[in-house]
Amino acid sequence: MQSILEQVGIGNYIILSALLFCIGAFGILYRRNAIIMFMSIEIMLNAVNLLLVAFSTYHQDASGQVFVFFTMAVAAAEVAVGLAILVSIYRNIGNIDIDNLKNLKG
Amino acid sequence: MNTTSLIVLLFAPLIGFLINVFFGRKMSKNLSGVVGTASVLLSFVITLLLFFSVKQPITLHLSEWFSIGKLAVNFDFVFDQLSILWLLFVTGIGTLIHIYSISYMHDDENMYKFFAYLNLFIFFMITLVAGSNLLIMFIGWEGVGLCSYLLIGFWYKNQDYNDAAKKAFIMNRIGDLGFLIGIFILGFATNTLEFSGIQQAIDVDGVVSTSGWYSIAAFCLFVGACGKSAQLPLYTWLPDAMAGPTPVSALIHAATMVTAGIFMITRMNFLFDIAPIVQNIIAVVGVTTALVAASIGLVQNDIKKVLAYSTVSQLGLMFLALGLGAYQVAVFHVITHAFFKACLFLGSGSVIHALHGEQDMRKMGGLRGSMKITYITFLIATLAIAGLPPFAGFWSKDEILLTAFHENKVLWVLATIASIMTAFYMFRLLYLTFFNEFRGTEEQKKHLHESPSLITFPLIVLAVLSALGGLISLPFGNSWLNHYLMPIFAHKEHAEHHLGATEYGLMAFAVLGALIGIGIAYNLYMKKKEVPTSDEVQGLHKVLSNKYYIDEIYMAIIVTPIYGLASFSKNFIEKYISKSVFGLGNVVSVLSIQGKKVQNGNVGFYLFAFVFSISAFLIYLFLIR
Amino acid sequence: MLEIVFYILSAITLGTAFLTVYSKNPIHSAIYLVVSFFSIAGHYLLFNAQFLAMVHIIVYAGAIMVLLLFTLMLMNLNKEDEVSKPIYIKFAAVFSAGILALVLISALKTAQPEMIEYVSSNEDYQSIKVLGKVLLNEYMVPFEFASVLLLVSMIGAVLISKKEEKI
Repeated sequence: MQSILEQVGIGNYIILSALLFCIGAFGILYRRNAIIMFMSIEIMLNAVNLLLVAFSTYHQDASGQVFVFFTMAVAAAEVAVGLAILVSIYRNIGNIDIDNLKNLKG
Repeated sequence: MNTTSLIVLLFAPLIGFLINVFFGRKMSKNLSGVVGTASVLLSFVITLLLFFSVKQPITLHLSEWFSIGKLAVNFDFVFDQLSILWLLFVTGIGTLIHIYSISYMHDDENMYKFFAYLNLFIFFMITLVAGSNLLIMFIGWEGVGLCSYLLIGFWYKNQDYNDAAKKAFIMNRIGDLGFLIGIFILGFATNTLEFSGIQQAIDVDGVVSTSGWYSIAAFCLFVGACGKSAQLPLYTWLPDAMAGPTPVSALIHAATMVTAGIFMITRMNFLFDIAPIVQNIIAVVGVTTALVAASIGLVQNDIKKVLAYSTVSQLGLMFLALGLGAYQVAVFHVITHAFFKACLFLGSGSVIHALHGEQDMRKMGGLRGSMKITYITFLIATLAIAGLPPFAGFWSKDEILLTAFHENKVLWVLATIASIMTAFYMFRLLYLTFFNEFRGTEEQKKHLHESPSLITFPLIVLAVLSALGGLISLPFGNSWLNHYLMPIFAHKEHAEHHLGATEYGLMAFAVLGALIGIGIAYNLYMKKKEVPTSDEVQGLHKVLSNKYYIDEIYMAIIVTPIYGLASFSKNFIEKYISKSVFGLGNVVSVLSIQGKKVQNGNVGFYLFAFVFSISAFLIYLFLIR
Repeated sequence: MLEIVFYILSAITLGTAFLTVYSKNPIHSAIYLVVSFFSIAGHYLLFNAQFLAMVHIIVYAGAIMVLLLFTLMLMNLNKEDEVSKPIYIKFAAVFSAGILALVLISALKTAQPEMIEYVSSNEDYQSIKVLGKVLLNEYMVPFEFASVLLLVSMIGAVLISKKEEKI
């Protein structure tokens, strides 16, 4: 069985993950819609997951993949709670534009 | 003696103190008095047993305290002849005064506190006396100072009394600083604080370097002794300390605590022996103090003040003996002085008690009839302090005078004058208080009564001791005290004076001097029935009444400049310091008000900050480093 | 061969991810995101991590996306009515994302000297069997905690989104 890393190399995966992560970050900065920001966060999480799996293969160690499972669990929990909060915000102020949420003042 | 009993001896008063402090409020007054007395009595009994059984010094090792480099300090106590002797009269007189206080303080609501303090004092005094190194002694030294402060200010509702307490404390602190510096120097020079270790170190190299560090250390220790034992120039606290209850004056400010300085110098005799300059200073200071205090005592009208100045004067005589190297003579005088001065103070307490707090001798008189026991005991003690044979004071004072005569004639003359003055003012006190007509109010006259037996019992015991105390060291050879204390003074074999015609002549002269003093007093206050007035005194009398203006001089040359410095610091230096501090605060406050705007609640802005921070962090971590 | 697949998948991943962020309609974003997730699952398959790929599809493309779409529908956001940010914010966003990318890539490149040449040892380390053993031996406690986390988040979600009763 031939491994992908023998042909592509780990460096490409690093760049791919970094770019994916930056797209996620860009989305968070660029958009005002809270749900799109959630999606961006998911993209960032996936970038990290991808890199974890790549390195797991690279070191031939199962721990990296196990960690991906935990990331997924956390992501699922985060989305569930986050969306619940969004629903509650929407119910209160009628939209989910984060620029309208200015109560976090010091 | 086994270790347990030694520990009991040490800690019984402390336990009495703890019981009185924690449970005293709930106990009945008599019970707290009994607890206080019993704990001291226990120590006294054990000390008695020690006295009869101990021939060699015992060391009691409790634990190690700390060790720095070569210097190790332990909680060690040593029971040798000197400390046992001191313990004997500290706990003995302590017991008597506790008994006395049960009756004397009975009307005071804080009686349990009084006994707690007294017990604490006894505990610290035992620590001071029995400690086997300078630091343990210093603990006791500070502790008795603290108890003295607490007890002088015992009636804390009176501001004058509080001031007196503070004065005593501060004066003592000046001396304590000297003591502390002396300890440091000795620790530095000998690498040990144990008395035995210091003695060995001095034996080794002391003779070659008689001056230098050891002399400075000796002088510093003497400064400490000056503070505690009320010598010139630090004596002014002792007369004011009479603000405390009379038993306190008797115990702390006459019999025990003020002799701590003498104890310390006696303990360190090997050090002072190699510092002749310091010895000279001690002798001169001692005799000057004796003269000055005696002359002030001539004109005082407060019964306790007279006794206080007399104490200062007697302490001066003891220091004279110390300065002349006659340590055992000083110890002898300490012991006899403790007996008769405690008796005098307690007697005056009895008088004050009968007159409901009146301390002015001009309002006394004629008490001989109504207070027989007090009168007789007071008379015996007065004869003792005036130096008439065969009472205790005669023998000890005469030995001091004898030593002075042999060493230095000038000192002898001055000391003789001081003791003539002593005889005069003591009999003046006696005549004014007990003879002639009563000069108080009718109301007081009706209530005149002899004090209860709890008060008279200690008086009788002390009077007997004042009468017979001289037996422990008679000058006719084979003095028991000198023999007993021999191991302490290893350095100098102080030859007992050969009693020749000169010595007997001197004795006769001393008696004559005392009789002259008494005669003058008799002439003035018995025959002419003169009563001193406070107003319109002139000349020397006025100077004496105002105690040579020493308090005023201290006020002018020390206190006022310090106040000036303080107000300068407050008005100028502190102003700028506080300005700079407040300025710093203002800068922070302005910055934070500006910085608050960063936290504007805009989530988008936060996210930008987030991303930039992460970038900066990564740059620092991976690219710059 | 695999190299070509990798580049195609990477292009799909990045492209759809960018479209997710960029498209005005949230529904479209969600669809693009699903595609992106599938392409990432493809990457996993390239790594021969089949089990992970399946779980990924189930959790992300299944559960999370359904949740997102459901919320979108609930809030009636399937139209392009989002007020866009001011132009300078957009510029700042592009700028900072670019900086982040630059920094990240350069940082990871600097860390490269640590890497050694990849050699396959033909050891089985990522079959379901091995993963299960690792998960339930070494990572037993975190695994249980993950279940607690999910339970808590479920309760939290229910509590938060419940309509407040009028008092």
